[in-house]
Amino acid sequence: MKTAVSVKRERSYHRKNSIFPIINGTVMIIIMFFTLYPVINTIAISFNDGTDAVRGGIGLWPRVFSVKSYQTIFADESIYNAFFITVARTLIQTILNIVVTSMLAYALSRREYVLRKFITTVFVLTMYVNAGLIPNYLLIQRTLGISKSFWVYILPTMVSCFNMIVIRTFIMGLPEALVESARIDGAGDLYLFWKIIFPLCMPVLATVALFVAVGAWNSWFDTHLYNAGKVKLHTLQYLLKMKLATTTNSANAAMTSADAAASTTMTTPVTIRAAITVVSAAPIVVIYPFLQRYFVVGLNVGGVKG
Amino acid sequence: MRTAKATTYPEKNGGITLQHKGFWYKLWQQKQLMWMSVPMLLYVFLFNYFPLWGWITAFMDYNPSVPLFQNEWVGLKNFTWLFGRAEFLRSIRNTFAMAAINLVFGFVFPILLALFLNEIKNMRFKRTVQTVTYLPHFLSWVIVVGIAQTIFASDGAVNQMLMALGIADQPIFFLGEGKYFWWLVGVINVWKECGWNTIIYLSAMSSIDPALYEAAEIDGAGRFKKMLNITLPCIKSTFMVLLIMNIGHLMEAGFEIQYLMGQNMVMDWSQTIDIFALKYGITKGQYSRAIAAGIFKSVVSITLMLAANITAKRFGEDTLL
Repeated sequence: MKTAVSVKRERSYHRKNSIFPIINGTVMIIIMFFTLYPVINTIAISFNDGTDAVRGGIGLWPRVFSVKSYQTIFADESIYNAFFITVARTLIQTILNIVVTSMLAYALSRREYVLRKFITTVFVLTMYVNAGLIPNYLLIQRTLGISKSFWVYILPTMVSCFNMIVIRTFIMGLPEALVESARIDGAGDLYLFWKIIFPLCMPVLATVALFVAVGAWNSWFDTHLYNAGKVKLHTLQYLLKMKLATTTNSANAAMTSADAAASTTMTTPVTIRAAITVVSAAPIVVIYPFLQRYFVVGLNVGGVKG
Repeated sequence: MRTAKATTYPEKNGGITLQHKGFWYKLWQQKQLMWMSVPMLLYVFLFNYFPLWGWITAFMDYNPSVPLFQNEWVGLKNFTWLFGRAEFLRSIRNTFAMAAINLVFGFVFPILLALFLNEIKNMRFKRTVQTVTYLPHFLSWVIVVGIAQTIFASDGAVNQMLMALGIADQPIFFLGEGKYFWWLVGVINVWKECGWNTIIYLSAMSSIDPALYEAAEIDGAGRFKKMLNITLPCIKSTFMVLLIMNIGHLMEAGFEIQYLMGQNMVMDWSQTIDIFALKYGITKGQYSRAIAAGIFKSVVSITLMLAANITAKRFGEDTLL
């Protein structure tokens, strides 16, 4: 009796075991499909002929292949400038952020530092206390007067408390003897940080740098708020944002797609928008798979509590 | 440079222990650490704390061209103006509605996905699924909204699919009708962040003792029993910490996507408190009213976070504070 039950159980367990992975795998493939479909669809539309795209119905492959949209985008000088500004801000912001944040993290990782508790508290509170949009705007616009300049991309985002805590956790996990022995040899904290701790932190710094760089590349609101009137400082994301604003209005008008189809131009807002979306997303999508191992490591270092 | 650690090497200081030298002496000894941290302290005071000073203008009839204290004090007039305004009350409703949708979706879908990802034994397939589902997290909101406008357009992929399946007989105008807006934001948020949010649950699941599963198998528990009675209870503390964090950030639930997707047609459903503040503060130049709206948001945020913390403490869970 007893054995019969356990055999039955075992059988039912094995039966589930054989079907479940197939169902699970199918569900996962469907999820991947839904994740990728919008992206591939946008790429397909960007490579489609403009007037044809207005008819809709494009799936995973362009119906009437055309690179006209890309030619139109790249014929416009502003995209090169925007690309340069975006790359410059991403690089400068990331490097500055990493150096400053890791230096601070080192100082706050020293248990003997008398200001440690005070400064840590001040930084942690910034995660909860936020003056809000308008006071920050007034600070940058009026008090500091750094709007309409490149500085507005760099200065307000120099240090982040969350990243500081992630790096500090990593430093505190390093063997204390490293610091002790260097101290006995007479090394000062600046030397110690730069020559010993900083190189050892590379794994966590790579992760943090990845996040800062992605954030910098993706930001558009600072341009919108402070540099909208300064065309030379427009970023790639902001160019796309402006295109979205102009094409939604015409997309509503395109409900009557007859006149859109009748127009003689080869590009339409639909394909141009798709093409700019692809151009501004491409760098991230291309390098992303190679960076994957960094962010998973980093998240585990930071832990849930940060 | 010797720092406070010097206390452990008294012979270097002529045998005098430095323990009683006091705070200022230690600080002098640690001046390199100060160089590394005090400039950032000043920076954070300027960029994070100084703007709080601007809150007093919510109680004034503030005009930026007049020196601050020559502005007239008006007490709570700006706040009563706000709460007498249907547009602001709608903004509050929209903020909370979308925050609630995001909160629920933001837990249910990632936990489900993590549970099923956790069951995949083929590591290569698992990695592929992870790589694909993490991807949208790295796309900017501008790009995501650009894609969404293509997909949800009246001739877009979603409408085609609905019509092909016979769910709808004519295109649904998702982007132009207010009643769809909240759910659209919810769905797009799931698309963008669901995969990414599984990371934390997967790492919690990977630290569960395999002996628990083995014991359950001996007792005859099937796959779903194990999920329900082992995996879920084991990630409960992760869940609680995330819940508290997310409730604290509930009011941040929307700005970029609503700002980018909200057109005039759906304004009544898309405008959040932040967008309200932006509109009145920057476009219309009514700083006092906009700052009052911002203060309201901050106060609600902090209250929610404290309440979540206290509740969690009462139930004996981990807390953040």
